Amino acid sequence: MSGTDRKKHLGSLALIAPLLVFIAVFFLWPLATMMSQAVSDTAVLKLLPQTAAASRGWDPETPPTAEMKAALAADLQAVDDRQALGDMTRRLNSAQAGFRTLMSRTTRALRSEQVPDLGEIDERWDDPRYWQAIVGALSPTTDRYLLAAVDLERDVSGEIVAMPETASANRAIMLRTFWVAALVTVACLAIGFPYAMLIASTDGWKRQVLLAAVLLPLWTSLLVRTAAWFIILQDNGLINTILVGLGLTGGPVPLIFNRTGVVIAMTHVLLPFMVLPIYSVLVSIPDNLMRAAASLGAHPMRAFLRVLLPLSLRGIASGSLLVFMTAIGYYITPALIGGAGDQMISSVIAFYATGSANWGMAGALGIVLLIVTILLYAIYGRLSSAEERRG
Amino acid sequence: MSDLRIRFDHVTKFYGSLCVVDDLDLNIAKGEFVSLLGPSGSGKTTLLMMLAGFERPTKGRILVDGEVVDDTPTYKRDMGVVFQSYALFPHMTVGGNVAFPLEMRGVGKAEIAERVAKVLDMVQLSAMRDRWPAQLSGGQQQRVALARALVFEPRVVLMDEPLGALDKNLREQMQLDIRALHNRLGLTIVFVTHDQSEALTMSDRIAVFNKGKIEQIGTPQEIYDHPQTRFVASFIGETNLLEGVIDGSAGNSLRVRLPDGRQIAAAASQALSTGENVLVSIRPERIRLDDLHGGENMLSARVADSVYQGNHLRIQLDQGAHNFVVHLDRKAEQHPPGADVVARFQPDDCWVIRA
Repeated sequence: MSGTDRKKHLGSLALIAPLLVFIAVFFLWPLATMMSQAVSDTAVLKLLPQTAAASRGWDPETPPTAEMKAALAADLQAVDDRQALGDMTRRLNSAQAGFRTLMSRTTRALRSEQVPDLGEIDERWDDPRYWQAIVGALSPTTDRYLLAAVDLERDVSGEIVAMPETASANRAIMLRTFWVAALVTVACLAIGFPYAMLIASTDGWKRQVLLAAVLLPLWTSLLVRTAAWFIILQDNGLINTILVGLGLTGGPVPLIFNRTGVVIAMTHVLLPFMVLPIYSVLVSIPDNLMRAAASLGAHPMRAFLRVLLPLSLRGIASGSLLVFMTAIGYYITPALIGGAGDQMISSVIAFYATGSANWGMAGALGIVLLIVTILLYAIYGRLSSAEERRG
Repeated sequence: MSDLRIRFDHVTKFYGSLCVVDDLDLNIAKGEFVSLLGPSGSGKTTLLMMLAGFERPTKGRILVDGEVVDDTPTYKRDMGVVFQSYALFPHMTVGGNVAFPLEMRGVGKAEIAERVAKVLDMVQLSAMRDRWPAQLSGGQQQRVALARALVFEPRVVLMDEPLGALDKNLREQMQLDIRALHNRLGLTIVFVTHDQSEALTMSDRIAVFNKGKIEQIGTPQEIYDHPQTRFVASFIGETNLLEGVIDGSAGNSLRVRLPDGRQIAAAASQALSTGENVLVSIRPERIRLDDLHGGENMLSARVADSVYQGNHLRIQLDQGAHNFVVHLDRKAEQHPPGADVVARFQPDDCWVIRA
């Protein structure tokens, strides 16, 4: 590369540098942090370095050695950060019930001048199970959040097993998320495809008006649109007033705080992502293909099925994936319009992130969501490149 | 007329307030190759679109085989259409495209395979059967479109400037190929074009369109040699038009007085009375040049320009008010610019048109 080339290269890099920095600071860095939270587990290790050294080579089936107990006592005496101690206790308690009382008793006892053997403070310190929990938590990385995100855990021997059904509902919520997203995708397709055909078949100001009707919601805040549905779908909202007023139903139809309302509101919000890709594919199909099909003896319905539909599949696929991928991450709409049984995976992530400060769990669920989205995107890429190869 | 296939009966088409086809009558016989020739916007394509069923006449009716088809949807009209842009289905192979009309008619699989193979062989594309349209050249795509329009043996084949996108050599080859197919299969073809040489080469009859009306309809020779209107005379080929007044007739021959007072003998198919203003059309290749004075049907002129055009010399004469164009056999003696010459033409080659 010559000097001027390099200069030009650097110049263009400098131009996009602000963008790169922005993406790195506000997207990549938080993403990496959240993802590392999901697999990092240093709450125990950073407080018990001596214990970690002393327990190296210990056989988990045997009682703890005297050095291990002494090291743990020394570690615990050295702790002066109460919050870190609390984190560690919580972490250990989640692996082995009983640590909470054990720890508080032990730390209280260790505050006295005379340090007794741990086994004298509490006989549980001679039980290998508690030491297995400590040793298991000493590793700086863990897969337990990721496993828990899909309702799995490791048993005592380290094998991956399903969680007891009462313990977690992540898998059910994940399935519910996909189901709601699928319903919304189908609804968007059912409305969006005919609508895109309508736009593509008009021209002039009519097309502009129809397109504006799709684009306008995109320029309105998601919260505003959801709030509007909140009002419209109520028992004495617009829809039910009309239904009851016309005598079509005896009483108000339950439209809010249930699955129906969520699907209606999400379909409305996500419709543009279905209409626009299909529309852009439809307008690229020459008019005279349908004319040719008719002249060759195809009934309009068959011409649609054999010519227009196959040619617009690319738009349908990209619209559907776009809607589906956006829908599985939805949070505000299900939270406001849905009932307790309609909360999607994002609500669970929000609960872990802001409600219970369990960043590891929030990160793990986020990773699962990210992986699903990336897989769908890969499928989409496969589909569209196969299409291009043939065209 | 039992072999009448298509009849346009007082067909009129308006787009808003714009009259595109104006009270038009046209009959097309079975097995005939009729070209609709005219400049763009003359209504020829609209007429074809109405015949195919893509457009509906505002007034009048269209009959095919004696039945009014205005309420028949396109897919029931049994007409093969070849579009200028070919309109091949990009998601089907060549074989799939050609099989499409047969599938729509519920033809059995074995028969479809057989007929597709036969028609692809006819357009010399058997090897391309499993290719995608995008992999073919323009000429090949055009032949696929043709095969697709022929495979179901339609009553009529409609072609809307099908050769417009091809380069000259290929276009001329395709003209001959289509003409040969027409002769071999006895097809009824309605062919829209704005290229007069294409129409002259291919057609049994040519309908010359201008402003939504047919100016003249006839065989290529009639259209070329005996134009009935000024538009036809100047649209088809190159011609020299001299203004004049009828001065009398003697038998088949008319006498036309030119503005400078000279008279020329000319011919016409229409009855023209003395004193009528007329135009005399003289084709450039019907004119001879010499330098002898005297005799009838001659004009003295000076050579303004002489251009070599391969198969002929194009000589431009400066003759008072007129610019006269002469095509000479290129072996004829050169007439350098500035030379004084006399242009001569036979009475039979002076065709009189009502002005």
